[in-house]
Parts: sequence; C-alpha cells; structure tokens
Amino acid sequence: MSGKIVKVSGPLVVATGLGDANMADVVRVGEQRLIGEILNMTGDSASIQVYEETSGLGPGAVVETTGAPLSVELGPGLIETIYDGIQRPLEKIMSISGATIQRGVEVPALDRERKWTFQPVAKPGDALQGGDILGLVQETPVVLHKIMVPPRMKGTLVSIENGEFTVEETVAVLKTDDGKEVPLTMVQKWPVRVGRPYKHKYPPKTPLCSGQRIIDTLFPLAKGGTAAVPGPFGSGKTVVQHQLAKWSDVDIVVYIGCGERGNEMTDVLREFPELVDPRTGESLMKRTVLIANTSDMPVAAREASIYTGITIAEYFRDMGYDVAVIADSTSRWAEALREMSGRLEEMPGEEGYPAYLSSRLAQFYERAGVVECLGSDAERRGTLTAVGAVSPPGGDLSEPVSQATMRIVKVFWSLDSGLAYRRHFPAINWLRSHSLYLDGLKEWFDENLGEEFLQQREKAMAILQEESSLNEIVQLVGKDSLSPKDQLTLETARIIREDFLQQNAFMDEDSHSPFLRQRRLLGLALHYDKLCRDAIEQGADPAQLFAIPARDRLGRAKSASAEQYAAVFDNIGMDMEDQIAAIVKGGEDE
Amino acid sequence: MIREYKTIHQVDGPLMMVEHVQGVTYDELGEIELPNGDVRRCKVLEVNGDTAVVQLFESSAGINLRDSKIRFLGHPLELAVSDDMLGRVFNGMGQPIDGGPEILAADHRDINGLAMNPAARDYPNEFIQTGISTIDGLNTLVRGQKLPIFSGSGLPHSNLAAQIARQAKVLGGGNFAVVFAAIGITFEESEFFIQDFRRTGALDRTVLFINLANDPAVERIATPRMALTAAEYLAFDKGMHVLVILTDITNYAEALREVSAAKKEVPGRRGYPGYLYTDLATMYERAGRRLGTEGSITMIPILTMPEDDKTHPIPDLTGYITEGQIILSRDLFRAGVNPPVDVLPSLSRLKDKGIGEGKTREDHSGTMNQLFAAYATGKENKELMSILGEAALSPTDLIYAKFADEFEKRYVSQGFDENRSIEETLDLGWELLSMLPVGELKRIKEEHIEKYLPKKDKEA
Repeated sequence: MSGKIVKVSGPLVVATGLGDANMADVVRVGEQRLIGEILNMTGDSASIQVYEETSGLGPGAVVETTGAPLSVELGPGLIETIYDGIQRPLEKIMSISGATIQRGVEVPALDRERKWTFQPVAKPGDALQGGDILGLVQETPVVLHKIMVPPRMKGTLVSIENGEFTVEETVAVLKTDDGKEVPLTMVQKWPVRVGRPYKHKYPPKTPLCSGQRIIDTLFPLAKGGTAAVPGPFGSGKTVVQHQLAKWSDVDIVVYIGCGERGNEMTDVLREFPELVDPRTGESLMKRTVLIANTSDMPVAAREASIYTGITIAEYFRDMGYDVAVIADSTSRWAEALREMSGRLEEMPGEEGYPAYLSSRLAQFYERAGVVECLGSDAERRGTLTAVGAVSPPGGDLSEPVSQATMRIVKVFWSLDSGLAYRRHFPAINWLRSHSLYLDGLKEWFDENLGEEFLQQREKAMAILQEESSLNEIVQLVGKDSLSPKDQLTLETARIIREDFLQQNAFMDEDSHSPFLRQRRLLGLALHYDKLCRDAIEQGADPAQLFAIPARDRLGRAKSASAEQYAAVFDNIGMDMEDQIAAIVKGGEDE
Repeated sequence: MIREYKTIHQVDGPLMMVEHVQGVTYDELGEIELPNGDVRRCKVLEVNGDTAVVQLFESSAGINLRDSKIRFLGHPLELAVSDDMLGRVFNGMGQPIDGGPEILAADHRDINGLAMNPAARDYPNEFIQTGISTIDGLNTLVRGQKLPIFSGSGLPHSNLAAQIARQAKVLGGGNFAVVFAAIGITFEESEFFIQDFRRTGALDRTVLFINLANDPAVERIATPRMALTAAEYLAFDKGMHVLVILTDITNYAEALREVSAAKKEVPGRRGYPGYLYTDLATMYERAGRRLGTEGSITMIPILTMPEDDKTHPIPDLTGYITEGQIILSRDLFRAGVNPPVDVLPSLSRLKDKGIGEGKTREDHSGTMNQLFAAYATGKENKELMSILGEAALSPTDLIYAKFADEFEKRYVSQGFDENRSIEETLDLGWELLSMLPVGELKRIKEEHIEKYLPKKDKEA
C-alpha cells in the first residue's frame, strides 16, 4: 500500500493514495525511507509528521504505510542504552553514520545478536494471563528483567525453554483459549501513545528519597507521584533533574533529554557509569535508560520522545519496580507540538500553542501512579513517578505550559534566579514551592522517621516564613531595632538556608543525604534555636550566642563523611550546649 | 537535472511563488536570473503540488515576473570549504569579497549541517585561559563550549570579544583558528574586529564572513550557518581548535522574524516565530567536541538585548540553549569598570568540569564560590546602606560592602589590554578574600585556607 507526496513543508508532508492507512500509522517517506507518523486524514490524503529532516523531498515521492502505530520494543537490552526520540539506539547509529546522524538510518531498538540467559519461572500446563511472569533475565547486576506475557493475552503454557537466547528467538509457546498456539519471545511491542494497562491504581503512600534536603524534607515527592521543576535559565533546573536521576531511591530511571543541550546528555552518558548507587554499590548507569532528542535533532521526534520514555518506564513498572521518569524539558516538547500544529494550520490557542496542549500534558502526567500490576500473582505493585522540567520564557510562570503543568502536578519546585545569583543551590524557592503529598506521606514519615520529622519541617517552614516578613521590617529600620528573639529567628533562618537547604551537587559528601541524616541535621539547627531562645530568655546577648565556635562548626556539618556524620553531629550538639550554657552562666555572674 | 522556469507568479517581500514546477524538492537551492543578467539565490520553503514557495536570500527589487527565470539546482545551499579559507574575507553568502581568487573547494558542504549524535560528543573539559579574571576565575570557558555575551547597545562587547579572541590560549596549545561572522553589524564594528585581528597577526588564522547592516537582511539567515560550516570543516576535518564569534544574533533573529511574517506564520512571543528556539539551537549546538577527533568548536555568540531586557525572547531562548552567559552591565560601564562584566547573573555551566587540580588549581572551585557569595552579600549590604545609612550595618556587613567595592575595582576592572594568568587571577581572589574574617570563608576547604590565604591577615 503506497501513496504519493503532494506537499512538503518542513517536517510536515501531505500524501495522497493512502486510503488503506490508519490514523496514527507509522509511514516510510521517500527513497530514504524516512520515518513519519500520520497526524490526520481527509479522504485518501494524509498529513504526516516526519521524524527526520525532510530536505530533498518533493511531490511524487513514495509514501508507504507500515500499518502499525508508533511503537517501542520492550525487552532485555533497554537498560544502559541511549536512544533517540523514536527509540533508535544512538551508539549503534554512531557506528553506522559517524559523529552526525544521517537520515534514514534503520537500526533495531534492541540488539538482535546478543544472547540473554533466560531462566523459566512458569511451567508447561500453567494457565497464564497478560502480565504473568514467564521467566527471568539478569539484565544488569541490579536489574532482574522479568519477561511477562503481553497484556491482553491469555492461555495455557505449552512449552518453555531454558538457556541462552536472542530477543527474537521463541522462549515459550502459549495455547490461547481458541486453540491457537502463539510463540512468545522476550520482546513485546507497545504503541507509545497508549498507556500500558494495570489492575488498580492507588494513591501514593511512600516518599521518594532523592537525597536532596530541600526536596525530601520540605517538599517531598511520593513514589508514583508527579512533580514539576520550573525555572528560568541558569537557575539550575538541569542539575536538579540530574540529581534526581542520580540519587532517587528507585529501581529504574528513565531520563528523557527532550530538546535540550547535547552536552548535557553527554555529561549523563559519561558521568553515570562512574557514579556508584549507594543502595546497590553498582554503577548508576546499570539502572538507567536514556532518551536523547537534543535541540538540534528533528523537532517531530522530540514530540514523540516523552511518550517513548514513559512507555519504557511503564513496562518496568509492570514488573513491579519503582520507576522514575525525568523529562527535561516539557516546554521543548510543547514547542514541538506548537510547531506541528502551526504547520497543520490548526486554530491556535494561547501564545500559538494548540488548544489541546493542556489535555496532552495531563495525559502524560496521568500515566504516573502506584498500580497493582497485571498478572495472576496478587500484590505485585509498581510505581511510576514523573518529574518534568518546565522552561518558562523569561522565567514568567503565567505562560501556558507552566500554567497547564501547575494544574496537574502535585509537587512544584519553583526555581528562583535570585537564589541562583547568590549561588544558593538548589535554587528552589521555599516560599513559592509546594507539595501536596505531605498528608498522604504522614503515616510513612511518622512510622519510619518519628513524628518529629514533620514537626521539625513545620517549625523550619514557620521560621522561614517569619524571616521573610521580618526582612521587610529590616529593610525599613535596620537589623538592630529588632528584638533579640527576632534577631535569633533571622539567625536560625540563615542557618536553615545556608547550612541545611544549600547543598553542593558537586561535592561528594554533600551531593546526596539520606532521610535520617537530613532529620538529624535539621534537628541540630533547631536545637541551636531552642538553646539560644532559652538563653535569651535568661538575658544572654544574642551577638555572643551567634559567635560561638559550635555555630561555625554547624556550618560545616554537611561536609562530614557518611561514616562519621553521626558522631560529628553529636559532638557539635554537645559543644553547642556547653558553649551556650557558659554564656548564660557568664551573664549571670556579672 | 537542472530545470528552468519562467513561471514566477508572485513576489512578496522575500518570498516568491513559482507555478507549474516539477520535481522540485524541499530546501532545494534555486537561482533567479533577472533580465539584466543578475543572478540571485533562493531556497524552497514549501512545495505543494506544482507550486513552490521560495525564499530569496537577497533583495527582491528588480525581479520581473514575466522575464525572470528561475533554476532549481537539485541540492541545498552549500559552501565550498578548504583550508585556503584561512585569512580570507567572504560575504554573507560565502563568496570571496577580498579581491582574492576563488576558493578551490576541497568539498561542498550543506550549510545546515547534520545533528551531532549526543553519543558521539566528547565532553568539554579543557580550560581555556582568556586572561580575563571575571571569566577565568568565575565563569570559566572550556574548549567546545558555547558561551554568549549578552550585551546592550553602546556597551563594549566587541572589545571584550576581541580581547578573548586575542588572549585565549589552552595550556598545551594546539592548532588554533578563528571564524568570525558579522551579521548585520555596521561597517565600523566589523572594521574594529578586522583591524584588531590584523594588529595582533591573527588575521592569517581567521576566516571572516561579513554581512553588514546595509546588506540584504534575509542573507543573514545563511551567514552564521556559512561560518559554522567552515568552522566544522576546520575543526573536525582539519583538527583545529576553532573559536567562532557570531555578532550580532539579534540581527539574525530579526531577519528570521521578517521571513516568518512574510510567510504569514502564527507568531510566538514578540512576533518571533514559534520555532525560534529550535532554529537557534540548530546553530548553537554545532559547537562542541567529537569523540575520536582532535579539533573543537568553541562559540561566542554576541547579542544586544533590546532595552537591556534579559527576558526578551532572543537572550532568553539563547540562555536556554547555550552553556551559560556573560552579561555586561550598563551600571558598571558607567562607573568606568571595564570589561563591565556583571558577575552575579553571569554563568558558565561547564566551569566545574574545567577547573580544579590538574586543570587550573585545587583551590579554584572553593574560592570561586566564596567570591560569588561574598560579592553578592556585599552588594546587598551596599543597597541596604544606601537606604538606611552606614550606622545600620554591623561591622561584618561593612567589611562585605567594602569588599564589593574593592572587588569591582580590582578584580573586574582590568581593562581591555591586561592579560592575567590564571594564577594571578586566583591570587588576586585570595588577596580580596583576606579582607574578610577567616570564619566567613565557609565555602573553602580548610587546608586551602591554610595554604593560600595571605599570611599576615591570619595572624591578625
């Protein structure tokens, strides 16, 4: 079945003679067999978005439909691979076409040569349904890849193999209810724009530990939740995203570089293999899938890239894993949507974005969640957490993409260029950010970290709030006119800001901080506040209290090593008590 | 196959519609021959059935619909590249204008280039010493980086760019070249660069592409791509370390807007096309290093921010693509600080990869953060002081305020001729930091304070 091009306008191609094609089919365009997707159809003519540069295409060139929608291959070999927006492995492309991406390169997403050790779990005679586990493949030292029966399939297992196989070889045969024997391989195909099915969805109850103090303590994200990181350029969006990808306590991370810098992807690609996951002791790359559609790569494939990424993530979620999808940046994705919409001559909504922008965004984030996976085994639960960066033009959050995102996501980490200029990183503004998971996570926090965790958080937030109103007074009348207690509030707020919230992503000891350590550090800061407050009641001079050596050491507490931090914190706490007591005593003696 | 038509149906600004064409493809280059023998170039923007919409690279004045001929050449706009380009001057469309011979092409390259495979990029991490403290010390430039200068009209960005081109060197050396693209700037600005390159003997290592303010605006869309095509050839085929200076990107974006408006596209912010980000990215992303090749492209685009507004779409989108920005400040310039680099909002994203032991010096990262923080605090205190008076500040606050003044005077203001080594820059940083109480230096490792802080102050 083939048609002919009648119109070419950038990445948009219109072809006629495609009466047999379906909406959303993948097509091959021109002699170079460029990959495209049908966006809409009128009679037998179809508008096609082409995922590669269309230079050199003209009317008359052949268009063939593949008869299937844009799909990804799911199976062993995904982990540690870097793909482009339509799941072509970039390292393979490099070996074919060198440092630049030539057009029309065809490479299978999963390595066809590589053999995997397949270890059967199901037995012949078992009645199986979609999502049931056939067998296991140790894909990397930390990822046990569960080979599942594709969704919507049901039957009795006739035979199952054991040994080394490539992804295309049959590992099991299933007899369906209507008597057909279906050979199963280790690979499934799934259309990217359709969410993979599950049994039930639940509200998120456990926090995702990112090791970032301002995130975990002040604005926590739940496993299975959604978050957005908006910020103007230079405010450290990408560093926050990288930190999440590095240190989140999840099993799998899918990192989507969507219309961003090439060097950032290279950075991930070179740095992650060197970093050690504190939970497994293995390299972080061993749990990471990268999707890179950098800003100079074709814009239509950028639109597809976030779907490719989230579909891969859903597949791992279906195995019962905790998965995080990190998309940098959804604004670039929206721009790709806008560009295609403009070329289709659709009626624009706000700022030229199509009217369906917010529903598309909502569909993306709604694929996150805590689910009970398909399969007859009870209680296999997986989570999919979605974090998207937003790049608002000029840092102005009133633009359509930020607004549409804010309506959907539950956690909002608002980056602030003012903080970034002061080199306060992560530059998340504590007054403008929020997390709606606090209530849902309360039970977990109380149980695992004690009730004081959330109490401390509340206290810290109150101090920071108070600081901002005190600052207004200071602007008018100066610091000295404040009461000693208010001066202490300012000092404590400074400690919280500088010695707790600031975190250096490039310093090994400080890059990542577990929950317990976060609780202890904030506890120490608040302990100082309490001791000083009591001392001030008894007439101590605030200036003296702020100058104690333990205050200085508190400032360096975050650089203590992971093995020694508990002892260091204890020691600082004791010194603090002694030194403040001495000041109080000195005051009394006079 | 060359096809010639006399069926130009409509000319509208830089756009032309040609009817009854066959076999014309998207992005193909065309030539229009006027009745008087003039030849102008254009490219295909859209083909719909037998109608092609083409965009002229030159003025449409003088085109006669009945007698002008249009030829389609079957390939996109190309540049003839060779290492003979060094030392030569070209116009915005890549034709020599220095009176010298035609270039004997080693190859013809599509000026749009191809997207670089992120897996094939080599991460930029080699320190470039520019001799300018605010860049070397605080916003370090590395090989393969794209670091724009955000300036305003009337600010000395050209002097700064020329100073970087003149002084930039890498420890270890390498084969160095400069590719300079003048995009719609004035004759005087362009002449300033040429004279500066000539004065320092850099002209022989330089390729210049000149599109002046009175050259056709649409030509500007091709000029930076010409320059980058030449740069890619020199860097990745010839193994040179190429510094590309593009000035002024604002003029480029305006040309793009002009064409977009003529095409009646739905405008994005401030009338610029919605694809401005993608379009700029396809230029900026051509900077970098590639695995397995010797050379590199380091890019310094210069743009003048309309109304000094950083949130204007051109600087805004640029900032989202490039790896940092050097921002010039009108206030500093007025105060006689030169180069007037506004340190706080300036940023080099790759600095952490290019500094530290083995690259610059072990204390670089700590002192850099400390200087930033101290300067920010100092400036805040100065603001406070101007509202409330000196009495409202604590002694420490006053020291910080004084620090900020000294910092601007000694660290930032070095003039356009002083070339400081990285050691000089770092030592100057320590000298300034020694004004502060030692207890305030929290961002520096204690052993570095011990080793580098000037001694007399520590005892005091």
